Parts: sequence; C-alpha cells; structure tokens
Amino acid sequence: MLLEFALIGGVLTGMYYGFLAVGLNLVFGVLRFVNLAHGSVVVLGSYLTWELSNTWHLNPLLAGLIAFPPSLVLGAVIFYAVTPRLSRSADPEMLSLILFFGIAQAIEAITTIVFTSNRRALPGSTLGASSVSILGQRYPFYWVLGAAIAVPVFGAIYIYLYRTRLGLATRAVMSSPDDAASVGIDVKRVSAICLGVGLFLAASAGSLSIFIRGGTDPAQGIAVTTFAFTVIVIGGLGNPISSIAGGVVLGCAYNLAQAYAPSWSGVIPYGLLLAVMLIRPSGLFGSQVRVA
Amino acid sequence: MLRDDETLVGEIPGTASKDRVTQLFRNRSFVGDAAVALVLIGVFAFGRSFEANTLLLVNLMVYMILAQGINVSYGFTGYLPFGFVGFFGAGAYGMAVSTSKFHVGAYPGLVAGVVVSVVVALILSPLLRLRGSYFAIASLAAAEALVLLVSNPSAQGITNGAYGANLSSVFNPGASYVSTVVALGLVTAAVVWLKHSPFGLALRAIKADRSSAAMSGINVVRVRTFAWVISAAMAGLGGACYAWVISVFYPGDVFSLTTSVFAIIFALFGGIGTVVGPIVGTVVLYGIYNAIGITVPQYFQLIYGLLIVVIVLFVPRGLASLGASVFGRMSR
Repeated sequence: MLLEFALIGGVLTGMYYGFLAVGLNLVFGVLRFVNLAHGSVVVLGSYLTWELSNTWHLNPLLAGLIAFPPSLVLGAVIFYAVTPRLSRSADPEMLSLILFFGIAQAIEAITTIVFTSNRRALPGSTLGASSVSILGQRYPFYWVLGAAIAVPVFGAIYIYLYRTRLGLATRAVMSSPDDAASVGIDVKRVSAICLGVGLFLAASAGSLSIFIRGGTDPAQGIAVTTFAFTVIVIGGLGNPISSIAGGVVLGCAYNLAQAYAPSWSGVIPYGLLLAVMLIRPSGLFGSQVRVA
Repeated sequence: MLRDDETLVGEIPGTASKDRVTQLFRNRSFVGDAAVALVLIGVFAFGRSFEANTLLLVNLMVYMILAQGINVSYGFTGYLPFGFVGFFGAGAYGMAVSTSKFHVGAYPGLVAGVVVSVVVALILSPLLRLRGSYFAIASLAAAEALVLLVSNPSAQGITNGAYGANLSSVFNPGASYVSTVVALGLVTAAVVWLKHSPFGLALRAIKADRSSAAMSGINVVRVRTFAWVISAAMAGLGGACYAWVISVFYPGDVFSLTTSVFAIIFALFGGIGTVVGPIVGTVVLYGIYNAIGITVPQYFQLIYGLLIVVIVLFVPRGLASLGASVFGRMSR
C-alpha cells in the first residue's frame, strides 16, 4: 500500500514538477542559458496567489492567468536590456548565468521587502475539495489538480511548438540561431517572447507551488531553481516536452524516499541531479549534450 | 587573454632555476603582487591594535580567502563553483569533528579541516568533466547534498547533526586569530605563485583554449584537478580557521549559499585572474555591507543583486581591469 501510494503520488506530483520546470527548459533551449531567476519568479507567482486569495478573496488559481501580461513585459525588458551587451562579452555563457543570479537576488530582496520574510501558506481547502480518493487511498486534492493542470499545459506547449508558425520559428532558433536568422526569422523577437513565456510558466506554476510545497517564502527561490533544473536535466535539456518525464521520475524518486527513508528525501533532487549529469548528461530524451 | 608581461614569466627551456628567480624579481608585476601580499599580512597582523571588532577582521580575512579560492577556480581555470561554500563547510566540520570527537589539538584540527575539504574535492572531481553552467549548478547541488548529509539525523553521532558543532575545548582567541592571518598569508602567496608560475600559465592556457593547451603538452585533466584541489584546500583552511574563531556554529551557518555568493561577487567585483582584485573587492563590498547591511540585510541583497547585473554588463573583468587601463594610459 505504501509503495502504491508513493508511486501514484509520485506520478501526480511529478507531472506538476514537469510544469514547474518546463519554462526553464524552454528558456534554456532558445536562449542557451540557465535562468537562475526561475525559482524567484515561481515564488513571486506564489505571493500573487496568496494576495489574490487572502486580500481579494478570489480563486487562487486566477494568479496563473493574471501573471501572463507582466511576465511577457518582464521577459522583453530583461531580454532587450541585457543581451546586446552580453553577446559582445568574452564569456557570454558564464556571464549570463551570473547576471541572472543577480536578477534572482534582486527579485528575492524585493519580495522580502514587500512581503517580509515570513512564510505564507494557504490551506488546501481554498481550492475546494481537500482530498481525492484513487484506488482506495486518499491523496491531497492539490496533487490531483497539479497533474490535471499540467496535462493541458503540456498540450498547449506541444501545439505551440509543433502547430504554430511562432512555434516553428522557436524550434528553428533552438536548433541554430544563425540558420534561423538566415531564413528571415526575427531571432531577437522569438527569444524575447520565449523568455517572457518561460517566466509566465514559472509564475503560473507558483500558484500551485504554494500548496504543493506547503507554503512559500522569499528564500525558496534558489532551491526551486535547482529542483526545476534537476527535472529538466533528467528529462533532457533543450527539449521542453520531455520535462514532464523528468518530473515524473523525480516525483516518484522523491515520494519513494519520503515513504521509506524520510530523513534522506531532501538529498534526492541533488543526488539525482549529480548522478544523471555524470552518467547520462543528455537526460532521458535529449539527443545530445547541449553546450549551454 | 595573456598580457605580454605575464607570458614572459613562463619557463624558458634550459634556464637554470636561479635565473628564473632573478627573472621573477625583475618582473614588476611579480614584485607588485608580492608587496600586496606582505602589506596585507602586515595590516591584519597589527589589525587588532586599531580595530576592536576582531570578528569583523576575521570575517574580512575569511572572505578574502574564499574570494581567492574562487579566483583560483574561476579566474585561472574558468570553472565557477556556485557551491564553493561546500568546501568551507567541510573544512569547518573537519576542524570541529577532529577536535571535539577525536580530541586532537587545534593545529592538527586545522590540517584535518583542509584534508576533509581536499577529500571532498577529489570525490567531486568528476564534475570537472561538465562545462560552464552545468558545472556551476552541479557544484551547487553537491554543496546542498553535503549540508543535508552533515545535518542528517543518521550522522548525528559524528557531526552532532542539526544541533551544531562546539569547539569550546580548543577555544583560544589569540591563537585562532593569528592562524587566520597565517592562513590568509599562505592563500595569498599561493595565488601570487599561481599567477607567476608555469603552472598558472598552463591553467590560463587551458581556460583560453583547452584543445590547444592539450596539444602543447599540458596534461589538462591533471592540471585542472590540481587547481580544483588547491582552491578547495583554500576554502577548507578558511572554514577551519573560521570554525576555530567562532567556536560554536550550526550546519546552516557554514554551508550558507550566501557565503558562496559573497565570495563570487567579491572576486568578480575586484577582478578575477589578479592577486589584488579579490582583496580589493572584499574590502570595498564587505565594508559597504557592514556599513549598511547588518540592520536591513534585504536592502543589501537588493543592492548586490543589482550590482552583479551592473558588474556583468559594464565591468565584466572587475575593478582591477579598470585600474589596469588607467595605469596603462598614464604610463603611455
């Protein structure tokens, strides 16, 4: 029963973890850097959710939609402010990593100044039901909801990437920015949009993160980023759809550890990240190692 | 990447070692770097007669040591370890466990701290196969795994788990301060040596172009592993000294990511690949931090977050590069 609970719970939360990480993977695929501010944006989304629910008494999940316009603007502002100088520098890859670390620190500080460093949590009942019964065992409703939201999110990302012109342009930039530019694709515009969409996916994942992580506080950002990075490394860097598989693997591993060796469960994301990087750096579904 | 005066220091086949030493002292940049190291040690050796706050002096020295460690790893080899604090914590715990559990003296304890961090570095050396951001984040994961290992209830018999370490059996404010000064001296001397030795030249050759370096006969894997171990040993020594000075600490204190971040920013701000850069960066930024940071830490976090953005965009090679270009114009 314990095994069954851990595995079903792992699949449910794992699909949500894929959603949590997919924005990071999209940004990595298109812009070729690791957005270290990803987790800080997730935390911002969680605070927005908390405010919506507590101050305005609205459905907390609305935060996932409201975040869309500001995320796109933030993505465009960051992209156009930063990349012209970065791409001319000696070591754009490492410098962009450090730069986004700085942005993450600034977001974390602003979050602390605005919302204080106190932990904020929402009771599961704000979502309606509190638990759901599957195969005779009860699971938190927000686990099921996380999985139920992750499926259409991945469907939408699939349609965007494989059924729209912008998605075609995005995949062209992913495989080679130079070739994409030579066939007339506006690489900068596509990249700016993808950064915005990536930030939006992070912020909207934040509206569920406040439930699944049992609360939020400004200092969570970097841990969330590492967690999301583990998911996309397992799935395959630069292949956004594979994030859901990475999430399920991590979710199952984490829940199994929680069930059988709870004091070690915190080590799982980090240990798994190191193991995958050293043994199979391309992940489950990455065709090759992408040099960021 | 290499300035003219630096390439001169590289070994010329057939020259006797005595010639190399005289050659070194004719090299103005070597004399300048050695002078910086001596002045630094002098200031801290007599520091307590003009600054009553010993902990401030110790923190400055420890951050200088860490910033130099980052300098060796990132400045000389191009590997940026976000989880650098892991070695600092390993050194602190090496000191704590050896003195409180195995009852060795303080000086063997310092050695144990360095040994523990070197062992951790050797275990993690396969990470050097990863490049760029992969390596940076993998090292962060390793440091996070390490703190969970140390604070885990199963490790409580050795590390005292989440309840922290206590070094009161070897507490000695005078000797621990002097040891930190000596540690800073050793670390600075090591960086001076690295910058002016053929070994340091090999490191920078690897950083500039790995395959060309390999083609010219440099054993890339051995050289970069050695640099990684040196940088870890610096952090471990810093951690062991810090543990001795503060005497009581918790896992979160010595494995705090903020420590890594500070060391990286201090080194970058001052200028990596130089001797004086990390020192100046630490003095300036840690000075500012102490002036404004203690009362409202999140404002300092905001300032240094934005500062990172400004450094990366406008002075990616740090203050030292600004200084060098000013001096360059003046001497021309």
